[in-house]
Amino acid sequence: MYVGKPVKRVDAFDKVTGRARFTDDLCDKSAYIARIVHSTIAHGKVVSFDLAEARKVKGVVKILTCFDLREKHYFGTPGHPYVLDPAQRDVEDRLVLTDTVRFWGDDIAAVVAENEVAAEQALRLIKVQYEEYPFVLDVQEAMKDGAPQLHAAFPNNILEHTGIREGDYAKAITEPGLIKVEGWYETPTMQHCHIENHICYAEMKQNRIHLVSSTQVPHVVRRVVGQALGIDWGRIRVVKPYIGGGFGNKQDILYEPLCAWLCMQVGGHLVKLDVPREETFVCNRVRHGFRGHIISWVRPDGTFAARKLEAFSDQGAYASHGHAICAVEMAAFRQTYPCENVEIDGWTVFTNKPVAGAMRGYGVPQIMWALESHTDEIAAALGQDPIAFRRRNLMPLGYYDMFGHRKLAADSYNQCLSKAMEAIGYDRKREMYRHQTGNIRRGTGAAVFWFDTGTWPFLLETSSCRMAMNQDGSMQLQLGETEIGQGADTVFSQMAADTVGVPIEKVHIVSAQDTDVAPFGTGAYGSRQTYSAGHSIRKTGLQLKQKILEKAEKLLQISSADLNIVDGEIIHIADGAVLMDLGTLVKEVQYSRSGSCHLTAESTAHITAAPYTLGCTVAEVEVDIALCKVRLLNIVNCHDAGVLINPALAEAQVHGGMSMGIGYGLSEKLVFDEKTGRPVNNNLLDYKLSTFMDHPSLRAEFVENREVTGPFGAKGLGEPPVASVAPAIGNAVYCATGVRLKKLPMDPPNLYQAFCEAGLICDERRVDA
Amino acid sequence: MPDQYKLIRCTVNGREKEAMVDVRASLADLLRNDFRLTSVKKGCEVGECGACNVLIDGESFNSCIYLAVWADGKDILTLEGLEGPDGKISDIQQAFIDEAAVQCGFCTPGAIMSAVEILNEGRLLSDEEIRVRMSGHLCRCTGYENIVRAVKKTMLARLSQ
Repeated sequence: MYVGKPVKRVDAFDKVTGRARFTDDLCDKSAYIARIVHSTIAHGKVVSFDLAEARKVKGVVKILTCFDLREKHYFGTPGHPYVLDPAQRDVEDRLVLTDTVRFWGDDIAAVVAENEVAAEQALRLIKVQYEEYPFVLDVQEAMKDGAPQLHAAFPNNILEHTGIREGDYAKAITEPGLIKVEGWYETPTMQHCHIENHICYAEMKQNRIHLVSSTQVPHVVRRVVGQALGIDWGRIRVVKPYIGGGFGNKQDILYEPLCAWLCMQVGGHLVKLDVPREETFVCNRVRHGFRGHIISWVRPDGTFAARKLEAFSDQGAYASHGHAICAVEMAAFRQTYPCENVEIDGWTVFTNKPVAGAMRGYGVPQIMWALESHTDEIAAALGQDPIAFRRRNLMPLGYYDMFGHRKLAADSYNQCLSKAMEAIGYDRKREMYRHQTGNIRRGTGAAVFWFDTGTWPFLLETSSCRMAMNQDGSMQLQLGETEIGQGADTVFSQMAADTVGVPIEKVHIVSAQDTDVAPFGTGAYGSRQTYSAGHSIRKTGLQLKQKILEKAEKLLQISSADLNIVDGEIIHIADGAVLMDLGTLVKEVQYSRSGSCHLTAESTAHITAAPYTLGCTVAEVEVDIALCKVRLLNIVNCHDAGVLINPALAEAQVHGGMSMGIGYGLSEKLVFDEKTGRPVNNNLLDYKLSTFMDHPSLRAEFVENREVTGPFGAKGLGEPPVASVAPAIGNAVYCATGVRLKKLPMDPPNLYQAFCEAGLICDERRVDA
Repeated sequence: MPDQYKLIRCTVNGREKEAMVDVRASLADLLRNDFRLTSVKKGCEVGECGACNVLIDGESFNSCIYLAVWADGKDILTLEGLEGPDGKISDIQQAFIDEAAVQCGFCTPGAIMSAVEILNEGRLLSDEEIRVRMSGHLCRCTGYENIVRAVKKTMLARLSQ
């Protein structure tokens, strides 16, 4: 059995030797190079281009502008499965090039050249005339009457507003003796920063478009490129090789439609579109900035009487995933600490900023920053221990979600909190860090997360799998679900090996998805793949096994019910005797002159469940008050992701999420110039993602409650590790200093402001204590 | 432009090479495009991420901001050069596999090359020193944790021999 074992990654050897090929490594050198002309204003209309000088550059093949777009096929970019009901589809508001500029960096023209130097030179010589409009960068400013309008169809820039009303909030807050705790919380725009930028290339062959792309969702890319170009989906072939990370950015359809369109404009010649890092920050997708207002009415005994949330989600210039992120925030608020009387309003609002889309956590890191900071504030207001307060109010065992039709079947929160607290010595340290004075102070803090894996019932959950036996008893394994670094290919191989009964070395997974041959699957997002693909692997594996055993029955004249496949051999269940090895069986069947048959199986699993995955972070920090710096000393995450298919890879996944959470908490923010709307730190030097030196040793713990609906008892893990890190750090900073941070990141500028407001330091930055 | 191209001679992964290089080209371009050593990854092209790191005369450099013409007369080692002629991989490559220090694999080649530089010094480093020495590499997948473990494990194994 391989499930539950720390099997080595099936792609590791290729990746440590440089044999793993990524998109740019595969592109032929004959490719034309495409570069995009981005707007240098935040809002307005392109009036005209002066291309005369740019066209003179030697090596320029063609320059195409938004005015060359004859047919306008609007398309939506989220990597979601297609929705048959038009009313439920994602907003279709993008064109491959646009004459209406909605953010600094919008795509208005493109250069196709024989080489990178010519493309770059031409890019610099293109002159653009604009009609400029006022722009708006702040989400609440954008909602006001008279604010600059981005899309005619969305008055006051509100992409969507939804409200939840449960019980009677207005009445509940009149209960005598209640304590009101209120706060505003804010998180910044953040970028995924996968180390491989988005890149794709396209060529026409046999009157079809062949695309190779660094994407998480190849089958979705095929559909959206078809929609964007107005051509039949079957005329598009998408290949997804190894990709250098995605984290949700590559769950959007990025520049594949533009690249394909450019290819068609130059006679189908091979065109490569490799996005520079600076453009990746601005012109791909970002994490939604968030502002939240929470009011809690609590009784002195530490129970909730009523709760209220107003959430403002900064969509940027185009809809992309849109309100779905805000909807997740609202659900997380409502379910993490259930309360009878609730008022929740969420607004997703357009601003003249980079487009926000999916990013690891999908709204949960934002709401957890607000919610878990707020929860600590409530405990402080009541004079109660923040962990005890949480344990009293967290989603209880047996909690039933009417919408998702699921019941919380394990006491994950309490188990995870206990394990993480013990790992860090929380209680002892909390006691130790009382009554500190001086400039350097330490503290510990905890925060939980709520996460909803998969996309059911909002969206279709489907995964297909194909297996084919080889003559040596080995098998090919193919899925539409993608390896993006998380280790999917390895856990898929483990599950296939166990289901069919073959050694893992005999499972040959086809890592790359080619939509011409790969079975249909929607790809990597929503922490869905182990769960969804696990179901299709199990279903297909059992079919294949049954076919093999039926053949064995004929060959061996023993009932298939008495046979099993173990370690690549047909055995007699009664005594475990080895009767035949799989290779012999496959050869007998495949080359049979009386009934040749290729042993294959293929099936689709349609999934109608989506389990919660829950857990927490406990952090310990040291704060230098005068320097306004937080140093992370210790951090541990504890997760209940069901049975771990591969504990080593699960641990590695948690490390990566924690790292992203540390950056979110302490240093990352995309900053915009208020005067122009231009991003000012769109590079890896000025945008501070955490480095080797910014981390203490990261510790990942697990509790493994078997997920009853899951394949092998497993459920999703990929995204949640990022979710509770920042609030745990924030709560530790509060423990150390008594100052409550409301705004991420907790970097020196924000800490300085907070410490000044709290009177901890004065303007001369002298320590008050 | 008569001075646009220049002939350079260098050693790449133990073999002597000659190439006419565009004087504007980076070493990363030369290695990727001319020699097809595609382990040399481009993540930023301005020396921020470390994905393109190679050893030049034993020292780890961002090959994206090192001009190809400067490589004249130099001894260059890329990830491909760590593999033996029989396909056997080095201890640090094996440690990256064993410690699950590889995820998407895009920063991996550069990170391994810096690890080779550190390990070849044959010194005992603290975790903190390993982190400082490796800090020129950005990784979004691993949280660096297992990379530190892989470097440390290999360092201790070599020193105990």
